[in-house]
Amino acid sequence: MKRSFFGLQQPRFKYDAVSNVNIEPVRIAVPEKVTLFLNRPFEGKTPRTLNVGDRVKTGQKITLYEDSDAYVISSVTGVIRSFDSFLGDYGQALTAINIEPEQTDEFDEALRKALEEDGIAAARDYLLSIPGGMPPEMLKGGHVDTLVICGIEQDLLSITNQFVTKSKVSAMNKGVSAIKKITGVHKVVMALPQSLIQEAGAIGGASGVELRVIEDEYPSANPRLIMRDVMGQVVPADKRPEELGIFFVNAEAIAAVGEAVEKKILPVTKTLTVIKKDMTKTVVEARIGTPFSDIFQALDITLFDRDRIIVGGPMSGTTVYAEDHPVDPRTLSIMIQDSSDVPLVSDYPCINCGECVRICPADVPVNMLVRFLEARQYETAADEYDLHSCIECGLCSFVCPSKIPVFQYIRLGKYELDRIRLEEEAEAPETLEEPAPETEETTEEETKTAAAAKEEEA
Amino acid sequence: MYNRKKFIVSHAPFWHDGSWIAQRSYNILLAALPAVILSIYYYGLPALGVVALSVSSAMLWELGFTRVSKTADTIGDGSAAVIGMMFAMLLPPVAPWWLIVAGTFLAVVIGKMIYGGIGGNPFNPAVLAYAIIGVSWWDYLNFDAAIVNYDLGFITMFPLALAKHAGMHTDLFNVQQIISSYNLTDLLMGRQVGGIGATFGLGLLLGGIYLIIRGIIRWEISISFLAGVGFTALLFQAADPGRYAGPLFHLLTGYTLLGAFFLATEDSSSPVNFLPMLIYGAAAGILTVLIRNIGAYPEGVIFAILVVNLINPLLDKIRPKALGKVT
Repeated sequence: MKRSFFGLQQPRFKYDAVSNVNIEPVRIAVPEKVTLFLNRPFEGKTPRTLNVGDRVKTGQKITLYEDSDAYVISSVTGVIRSFDSFLGDYGQALTAINIEPEQTDEFDEALRKALEEDGIAAARDYLLSIPGGMPPEMLKGGHVDTLVICGIEQDLLSITNQFVTKSKVSAMNKGVSAIKKITGVHKVVMALPQSLIQEAGAIGGASGVELRVIEDEYPSANPRLIMRDVMGQVVPADKRPEELGIFFVNAEAIAAVGEAVEKKILPVTKTLTVIKKDMTKTVVEARIGTPFSDIFQALDITLFDRDRIIVGGPMSGTTVYAEDHPVDPRTLSIMIQDSSDVPLVSDYPCINCGECVRICPADVPVNMLVRFLEARQYETAADEYDLHSCIECGLCSFVCPSKIPVFQYIRLGKYELDRIRLEEEAEAPETLEEPAPETEETTEEETKTAAAAKEEEA
Repeated sequence: MYNRKKFIVSHAPFWHDGSWIAQRSYNILLAALPAVILSIYYYGLPALGVVALSVSSAMLWELGFTRVSKTADTIGDGSAAVIGMMFAMLLPPVAPWWLIVAGTFLAVVIGKMIYGGIGGNPFNPAVLAYAIIGVSWWDYLNFDAAIVNYDLGFITMFPLALAKHAGMHTDLFNVQQIISSYNLTDLLMGRQVGGIGATFGLGLLLGGIYLIIRGIIRWEISISFLAGVGFTALLFQAADPGRYAGPLFHLLTGYTLLGAFFLATEDSSSPVNFLPMLIYGAAAGILTVLIRNIGAYPEGVIFAILVVNLINPLLDKIRPKALGKVT
């Protein structure tokens, strides 16, 4: 992890290969409490379909709010104990559903019924929070031109997708043909490291999947780099691959789709990599919604104050506040970092050494970009210094000798621009009706009223 | 709820390669040591005095500035020490104390701190200070005069000044003959007159290679600078061998090696992209020889570097198109 003595050579990270390792996943028992996140802010007054005390079955689709079709799949059979509001990354408001599981599973029959009555296309409405996650836009019926199955994680250390690709070949085959029928996609590409090509050969043969090798050096598994290097199509900086009809899906999700259509029961067990403080890896299978603390207990991991719990990889993951944070359908890995390994950032200015510029896989002029981001000139940063070309690999922050939180600034810049754009869109009709001078007058009036109110108080 | 463990929560990435500005500064100081130590060996305590005063006064100016401006102390990053060291390396072995203190003030305060400190300086601070001092008190920077009391056992004339003088009076001197009186080993081993840190060619080469290998300076700038000097000198020599010295002489005398490895490569005032670095270095090299051969000064590195420092922001506009950029 440290910079090598010979600094002329840039740091190179290799993705871990699992081909020669026999991995036996550790199965975590059904926990005493399961928390599911519904992608909808918690609203106490909106009428709910289920209430505290109601019983849910394993694999049951919970459409909690009557006026919304947002749903989660219950991963256990049990009784709902409470609802909570939860703030995710970047203030994303979610509803947390806490369930107390029973020891024996009773499986929900809705998917079976739907499949038997309406055929395989009916599965579309059940797959959103399948282990590994599905792109919501794809399930909503948008045009799917190409489906890219990632047999490798975007970030380092995690080996979940590789493990699934290796161990669930037949489920993946079924998953691929099912997803082809469900979405109508013809072109399915599987991106794999060289080490897995042989073992994944069976997937390509049976169901018409193109296997493509991606380099084993970070960050070549990044969707935008896969697009450029493997698909030969550069995604414009202001567009997402999804807008071009190209969807990236974890291998785990495809295997889960295969299991779902075969057994006609939604799979609720998530595979994930746990990386301990000493960087050893364990593959774990746990119910979605299992608190991390249950996994730590099973693996004999003890945490102390000022340690760090990272969801996802070391370069682009997110951190969580509490040990009882639950496993999400998209949690590929959990990494524990000891407090002594936590690097600190500084408020030093950029010294223009150029390390970031040279390591940037997207050729962003990071040295200039960071100056504008520090000064909150987000629009100039986007227009002139390629803010939106950033593929979010985090290498710039990693190499910065000033320890500037470059990547953090970039994310903040993108977030702020998004926020400004949304606000402008929301305000647009009003600004059209009201010319600018009038707004100034209103503010003056307001100040006057405020001043008058103060005088009155005095 | 309240006796929960408290974890560190922050945004990605969660790794850092451990590099730090102070580490870069101390490596530059380390790489500069061989050249400086050899001069101290030749010139004794006066040279040591110049180096020590220059480094310490530069650091104190920075400390003073941060205290007065009530900003965070930055003295620990080693940048001021490097500036002091670079300034001392440019000076003759004997220099009055006030000249050094004034010079480091110009370097640290005028050259760096008023632009916002490290990373903000448009010019190499030490070079800027030397240029101002040189314009103001030229006599004190005359190498030959400074070491008039020494008996060193080698030619005590600044090679570039001698060559220039001979070139201007071709009726009295033969340039090639004068140049051949300096043999290669002498120039490499520091047996020539010049700045404290500029005479020991071999030491500077080793220091430079060390910094390149460590990734602290960029080989693109150093190599293209040396190539620019060598190529231009070659052209001049080919045009009129009776008036102009050859490439090897230009490469190993004056501030050429110091400039190539320590001055032109200063982070803040040099470009970061590949092609701009090559242009920047080559332009500095070409300008150096132009000033030496057809300008008024015998030594051209100082002004050449200041001029290319100026074009650095423009040069860095030459850059690869970012991923997914439409226009």
